[in-house]
Amino acid sequence: MNPETSDGGLAVLEEIGKASDGASPLGCMQCGLCAASCPLGYAMEFPPRKLILQVAAGNLDRVLGSPAIWMCVGCYTCSLRCPRDIELTDGLWPALRDRSMQAGHQPPAELQETFQNLFKYGNTLGKSPRQRLDWARGLDVPVLDLSKERRPVDVLWLVGCYPSYYPRNQVVSRAWARILTRLGVSWGVLGAKEKSVGECERMFGEEGLFETLVEQNSKLLNEQEFQTLVTLDPHAYRALHAFYPRHGAWYPVQHYTMFLAERLEQLRPGLVKPVEATVTYHDNCCVGRRCQCFDAPRALLEAIPGVKLVEMQRNRDNALCCGGGGGGMWLDGHIVAHGGHRLSDERIGQAAETGADILAVSCPYELARFEDAAKVKGLEGRLHVRDIIELLAVSLGLEEVPAEPS
Amino acid sequence: MNIAVVLRQVPDLVETLDIDRTGTALDWDTASWIVNECDDHALEQALLLKEAGGGSVTVVALDAGDVDNTLYTAAAKGADRILKIPLDDPTPPAPRAAAALLAQAIRTLDAELVLVGVQAHNELDGVLPPLLAAGLERPYVGVIRGVQPGAEPGTVTACKEFPGAVMARMQVRLPAVLGILGAEQPPRYVPVSRIRAAMKATQFEEPEVTVPARDARVTVRRLYAPASAARAEILSGSVSDVAARLVTILAERGILK
Repeated sequence: MNPETSDGGLAVLEEIGKASDGASPLGCMQCGLCAASCPLGYAMEFPPRKLILQVAAGNLDRVLGSPAIWMCVGCYTCSLRCPRDIELTDGLWPALRDRSMQAGHQPPAELQETFQNLFKYGNTLGKSPRQRLDWARGLDVPVLDLSKERRPVDVLWLVGCYPSYYPRNQVVSRAWARILTRLGVSWGVLGAKEKSVGECERMFGEEGLFETLVEQNSKLLNEQEFQTLVTLDPHAYRALHAFYPRHGAWYPVQHYTMFLAERLEQLRPGLVKPVEATVTYHDNCCVGRRCQCFDAPRALLEAIPGVKLVEMQRNRDNALCCGGGGGGMWLDGHIVAHGGHRLSDERIGQAAETGADILAVSCPYELARFEDAAKVKGLEGRLHVRDIIELLAVSLGLEEVPAEPS
Repeated sequence: MNIAVVLRQVPDLVETLDIDRTGTALDWDTASWIVNECDDHALEQALLLKEAGGGSVTVVALDAGDVDNTLYTAAAKGADRILKIPLDDPTPPAPRAAAALLAQAIRTLDAELVLVGVQAHNELDGVLPPLLAAGLERPYVGVIRGVQPGAEPGTVTACKEFPGAVMARMQVRLPAVLGILGAEQPPRYVPVSRIRAAMKATQFEEPEVTVPARDARVTVRRLYAPASAARAEILSGSVSDVAARLVTILAERGILK
């Protein structure tokens, strides 16, 4: 098969279609809905429609060498709007990225570093695995490290990379630990043994890296006894829910908004301290648009006394992506350099238009992305970015008391 | 051109380095290892030379510091042969002993050019590249920032960096040993699927070497973390206030008279 001929290109598309859940890209009728819907389509040399057209025409090598290959941020808008049900986000983009790397094209440098960190350390930030539990330092509730003390638990919490290491997210992790404890469930973490779940790596097209992480994580998880796997990261939820089973690793998994919404009545009596604020919620792409879970986070916010929930004009299915998915978290430089912009900068402007005091989020990437965006857009101090967990913790009287300056 | 590349493992500074009970060495049980950055550039430079003019790249490494993943990665990037020198001690030997071992292995190769990182952060008793060149009885040029095939047969053109960012382009007659500071491009990324494939397909060769006595080495009498000094003083206020305070501080330290 020569991919540089029309027949060869069609064969490549057929192969990609067979490996994905959706319809074959060969069925594309070039309607352009994907390209028009893509928040970065305007800046791409080849938005999805043109990707398919060029590959079908035998121009695979040109496509694989294009910066456009690295501009998809995994928002799923194209996939869900495609009238032919072609799985573009989870199928076409990762497959072409994989082919690009296999053909010897180098991914953007900022992404290479993330890949290498994952392969070497099991986390995207290039931190020591021994520091995985640093987020819990000084925490006033006990943390069970299941990698050291194995015992059955209700909840195995996969903490994730940013919640483990990134100082802003560590605040959320500590609040989550207090909420879990307040709920009276037994819970534990994997401590230094935990690795990134690998969702973004899969979407990068780094299938070998994803497989490595699946093997490492499933070996660890299979040694544990738990009722539910809970994650704060929508990308991790998506991977564990949809892609781990393909590797023989099935686990009962929930994103924390789903887990808490099921226990809202148990939580509600404790929600006594009002949060007097107008709050708007940003639907993340994996749990929101892709898994159609829109009500759980809103139910949690509406249960907090004092919260006035307002919607952005683009919400739920139509919410604008923060730009951090599909590897976008480590591709800002590449995307801006090739004519795009940080979607989080645009999205925070939409949040500000509602007049909200607080932009509520439920994804670890979004805290950093939107707090940076607030600075860029001059909204710092006017529009605060808070994880839903933080708002619940305030209302439950479990918020973190800032340490006295020494 | 047949090229030999030396890859060394060094303690990964992502981990906190702990001192062992003797107080004279690092606690290797808590350390993790990573390929020496300059050696990684040496491999990249070798692969670029091979791509430009053909030949082969042979990686030579000591079996120390969890080196296997580094060697599989090198194979996935395009190294043709991998020589792993067996050791009786899993911690890397000091440069003199390492150079003697590497020289024995490289002598078994028909390598016109030897590329090795110009330095490694854990070298205590001298840097390895010139010791290796001496062991091989070949000329050595260090602090190289790029190598290209030479205009004449049996030569390469090397770009050497001098202090003050002065660069020299020089013709080096082979055989020679070059100490690489940086390759012409950053070390390439290789997909993990290729590394996994290399793990299945690559056979390491184990050259027969004589392990030299480890008596000629630096003796560490005490290893300790630097003591923290007084805290920094952050100067604030108007420009004239800050300038006046700076002058006072410099005068207090005897720098201004």
